[in-house]
Amino acid sequence: MAGRTEAILARKGEIMKRALGMDYAEFERSPIAFDYEGLMGAHGYSLQDIIGIQLAAGVGSTPLLELRNLTDLVRSYAGPGHGARIFVKDEAANMAGSFKDRRASVSIHVAKEKGYEGVIAATSGNYGAAVSSQAARAALKCIIVQEAFDSRHVGQPEIIEKSRICEAFGAEVVQLSVGPELFSHMLELLDETGYLAASLYSAFGVSGIETLGWELAQEMTAVTGAPPTHVVVTHAGGGNTTGTARGLKRAGATTEIVSASVDLSGLHMASDHDFNRKSFTTGHTGFGVPFATWPDRADVPRNAARALRYMDRYLTVSQGEVFYVTEAMAKLEGLERGPSGNTAMAAAMSLARDLPRDATVVVQETEYTGAGKHHWAQLNFARENGVEVRSGDPADNVPGKSIIIPERPEQIRAKDFDLGKMRRSYVRNALAHAPEGYVPTAEDIVFLAEDANTTPATVEEIIAGLKSA
Amino acid sequence: MMSEAERCTVGDWVEIERVLLEPADRSTNLPDDTAAQPLLVWVKGFARADAAVGAELEVETMTGRVVAGRLTEVNPGYFHTFGKPAPELTHVGRDLRAQVVAYRAKAGE
Repeated sequence: MAGRTEAILARKGEIMKRALGMDYAEFERSPIAFDYEGLMGAHGYSLQDIIGIQLAAGVGSTPLLELRNLTDLVRSYAGPGHGARIFVKDEAANMAGSFKDRRASVSIHVAKEKGYEGVIAATSGNYGAAVSSQAARAALKCIIVQEAFDSRHVGQPEIIEKSRICEAFGAEVVQLSVGPELFSHMLELLDETGYLAASLYSAFGVSGIETLGWELAQEMTAVTGAPPTHVVVTHAGGGNTTGTARGLKRAGATTEIVSASVDLSGLHMASDHDFNRKSFTTGHTGFGVPFATWPDRADVPRNAARALRYMDRYLTVSQGEVFYVTEAMAKLEGLERGPSGNTAMAAAMSLARDLPRDATVVVQETEYTGAGKHHWAQLNFARENGVEVRSGDPADNVPGKSIIIPERPEQIRAKDFDLGKMRRSYVRNALAHAPEGYVPTAEDIVFLAEDANTTPATVEEIIAGLKSA
Repeated sequence: MMSEAERCTVGDWVEIERVLLEPADRSTNLPDDTAAQPLLVWVKGFARADAAVGAELEVETMTGRVVAGRLTEVNPGYFHTFGKPAPELTHVGRDLRAQVVAYRAKAGE
């Protein structure tokens, strides 16, 4: 590795401490455990404070829509008495077009309060648009660092659109070719500018999503008399699942939390060649699995987004199923929206089919669509990059090689990802990141159980299994 | 006459490119295809001098940073689009609306 990269990484702790506006060291309890609730509460804002911050920022209070046509479509092929009611929270109605405005609004509020001149975020997704928009409203400078192109300077149309919208909101967009060294360049920029690191994974950002779970619990209660029985959340880095579930809990809901991702298994996330063979830039297993099984891989010392703590099920769907549902949503419900929320929608259609009619399934987000992000643009781009697109059984899809568009809606079948396997993987990662020879204490076991949404006994079994393996 | 795309004058909105890391200096845990390429960065800003495409130039970005690189484009635009409808999807709206109508007719019997 270059001397330059080594030099900046050696100063990571010092740069991030200043850039994050808080010291994570005070929450560490051991080489494994930390005080998660302490970290989440350290900003001192109550849920009502955050609702107030977001109201002032033009964020939240998005429409909750019942999808009656989609529900009847599912009932037309579900078994007798089956076909849950499907709802969607139209988060595309936020200023920059997605739920990410909730996440950005709190970080931008903190940046302004603490007197930072600007903010920096590393993201190729909607979060960049949200940070840029909120920064513009707060009269703060903004740099968005994006992995945007392969080495031929060919960009995913979805990411090019994200570059455009960030620039439309006055951000400086730093576009990079494929590679994880993006992080060290972000450190250089934080060091050079002194801006706040508006990390996706900070407690500020994740707390900002709690209002989404809280809102939808209240709104569903007003419409149906109770919070939803199921909420489906598109899952990538974990913030969406974490924040939504925490908000639902605050509202007293006992809703089942179902995370959903597009299956991109087999594609390497750091591969220059594979970069443009993905038709989804987020909400896929390439982020969803590694972040759930090792959240602290994020750009903060401890990730506030800890999806495994909250998910009751993890469903995967194929790219073709999501494109089909995207088209169906526009034609049946008058909602032309982007791929992110429609990933959860595809999973929700599969889930609703297997649930009784009195169950309620809420897809908790939509995102804006448009040139580049649109499913036609994505399918055309896939074809141009040698990916086969055809009608057929979506179960036959091979990520990066083929996209199979269902011929009929009943072919949409989400697959359950084995949570037991994810928990084992999480515990193995946690032990691997502790110093060699470190023996987990009783407190560590309790922490690992909470973090993996399981019992201490199960964690002990996993550890014993890892030792004998 | 030289087309405006081939040169910028001071103050023009332009894009520059530079090599952030040569292949030899990159992270050690990369897949082979990525490891063989330099890590490139593109930044847009206002040109601080006249220059030809391909020449070294400094720009001042939207945040006021001064960044040096090779001029790649003058007044860079966006050309991403929707493109043609996917033939695999054009029938979806017609078919699903019909399916809902048929279901409701049967359910209401």
